[in-house]
Amino acid sequence: MPDFILRRLFQGLLVVLGVTATVFVVTRVFGDPVSLMLPLSATDAQRAAFAAQIGLDQPLPVQFWRFLTDIVTLDFGDSLWQRRPAIEVVFERLPNTALLVGAGLGLAVLVSIPLGAIAALRPGGLVDRLVVSLGLLGLAMPQFWLGLMAIMVFAVQLKWLPTSGFGTAAHLVLPALTLAMTPIARFTMMVRAAMIDELNKPYVQTARAKGMSLPRILRVHTLRNILVPFLALSGWEAITALSGYTVVVETVFAWPGLGLTAVQAIQRGDLFLMQAIVFVIAALIVIIGIAIDVAAKSIDPRIELN
Amino acid sequence: MSALLKIEDLAVVFDTRAGTVEALRGVSLSLGRGETLGIVGESGSGKSVTAQAVMGLIDVPGRIAGGSISWDGQALVQDGAQQHPSGIWGKEVTMVFQSPMTSLNPLMTIGAQLEEVIRKHLGLGRAAARDHAAEMLAAVGISGARRRLDQYPHEFSGGMRQRVMIAMAIACEPKLLIADEPTTALDVTIQAQILELLAGLQERLGLSIILITHDLGIVAGLCHRVAVMYAGQIVETGSVDDIFDRPAHPYTQGLIRSTPRLDEPEDRLTAIEGTPPGLLHPPEGCAFRTRCPIARDDCRAPQALRPFGAGFVACTQPGVDAWGDGK
Ligand SMILES: Nc1ncnc2c1ncn2[C@@H]1O[C@H](COP(=O)(O)OP(=O)(O)OP(=O)(O)O)[C@@H](O)[C@H]1O
Ligand SMILES: [Mg+2]
Repeated sequence: MPDFILRRLFQGLLVVLGVTATVFVVTRVFGDPVSLMLPLSATDAQRAAFAAQIGLDQPLPVQFWRFLTDIVTLDFGDSLWQRRPAIEVVFERLPNTALLVGAGLGLAVLVSIPLGAIAALRPGGLVDRLVVSLGLLGLAMPQFWLGLMAIMVFAVQLKWLPTSGFGTAAHLVLPALTLAMTPIARFTMMVRAAMIDELNKPYVQTARAKGMSLPRILRVHTLRNILVPFLALSGWEAITALSGYTVVVETVFAWPGLGLTAVQAIQRGDLFLMQAIVFVIAALIVIIGIAIDVAAKSIDPRIELN
Repeated sequence: MSALLKIEDLAVVFDTRAGTVEALRGVSLSLGRGETLGIVGESGSGKSVTAQAVMGLIDVPGRIAGGSISWDGQALVQDGAQQHPSGIWGKEVTMVFQSPMTSLNPLMTIGAQLEEVIRKHLGLGRAAARDHAAEMLAAVGISGARRRLDQYPHEFSGGMRQRVMIAMAIACEPKLLIADEPTTALDVTIQAQILELLAGLQERLGLSIILITHDLGIVAGLCHRVAVMYAGQIVETGSVDDIFDRPAHPYTQGLIRSTPRLDEPEDRLTAIEGTPPGLLHPPEGCAFRTRCPIARDDCRAPQALRPFGAGFVACTQPGVDAWGDGK
């Protein structure tokens, strides 16, 4: 097991370096960081000075070597916009995104498992058809629209919750709900399908013949058997959330997380901050992948890690 | 012998897209204490459905359509209505299924699967349940029981898994064990061991057993009494000796003719030609008449089980040598 984790961490490191190298090539070789980051009105002298300051006057291999060694110490350069190390900005915003994604996905897990299980008890029954319809609806609704509707109804009309911002638990409700909607739908559909499969397996009949109650069979027997595919899907949703949903949801609700920061970095041409964000997200994705594999192994002893 | 289990005129149907499948059409059976009853019959004749009905396992798309089942004076099914008595299924009446490879939960340890039934029905605490579980594994001939409690099903061979299934079935001192083709999925030497285990347990625990099988050889070795099923009905019951010596129903005679015997060359085996009728629209009278060499006009009328010799037969001409070769 520790062996496996080390190997996967090493592979992950390569992936993260690959991603970062791609960013390097795209921005330094094909792009022009100076004109991206300096205002149009900058003089040639200012441009040259800036280029020298960030090392652009060096040959590309030297630049790349500096770039790599800097990354090892998490030195991505100073954010132009915030005038402090980019990684500092990222680490400051990351917990906010983690809170949002954690709350959203946590809610999705809590809602989808019972919902999917209840639907699976009578496939084609009234409850099942209702759940499936709601699921399809949930998948069809784009998040920016959902978020705006939520603001209109709960914040503007009913005034129950703040329209946007950050600070109190009330601020978390609408963004987390909005973020949770698509995962709830996808999780529920998956749990339903997997539960229907499991409930038809012979071991369920054995459990019933042993006199086990239906709630216990669902909770103890079948849930365990759908947990591995469920974890895989959750990992995928977490990655999608980190690299996609949060950009939309944080922008709609002005939630000061990484997604919003990425948008702001792009708007301001803040290349260094952008690079730091890409690096950290890539690293998170690798870590989530490893965590899911390890968790799957601990649930299903038949899984071989390699 | 007082009847422990009594099935009366049981009807079970399955509502399918194609229509209503009449899986059981008036099955009556009784079983005494310590008795072993064999249920035989071709595939689809309703053996498993009978067992499921006794276990309360008939579930959509199936439903009980009529009849009664009573256990030790308590109703399990009353006039076609499923009852839900507690403390019978899994405790007094237990079941072992055909496929040991898939009948255990792959993600729970053997110990956890044994302990859950013990804790539920015997009300033991964690530690006591674990001790009892280890004892049960030992009782079915699994060595190193303590250590094996923490293993998962995939670490057991097919025969060992079936032993685990049997251990779960006898864990709470049952009075009736239903075994639905418990050895079909196992290879021959393992089959013999499992059957020996069942016979030993029956003797030691005074169990009643319902043994469902295709294999008349197993019935001859293990059972006191036999019920022969055909197309959702019982066509003949009687003691093992009577059925094998003097099969009265043409179908029973055919089954015995088609069973390989050590003292006869294989080429004299003769399978019964034709197939059983579909149960979507089962025929009115004797369901076997389309394959029966001595079918007559009056076979079109419904045939009830009637006393014949020491047993019961549903046939217009019980005891006639239908296949005409004296076998
Ligand atoms: N879930 C189901 N849905 C529809 N029909 C069913 C279902 N289960 C059983 N049946 C029908 O009930 C009839 C009896 O089935 P059963 O499983 O009792 O046969 P069996 O005698 O046990 O056969 P086998 O020897 O193959 O196990 C069959 O005709 C089958 O088609
Ligand atoms: Mg069967």
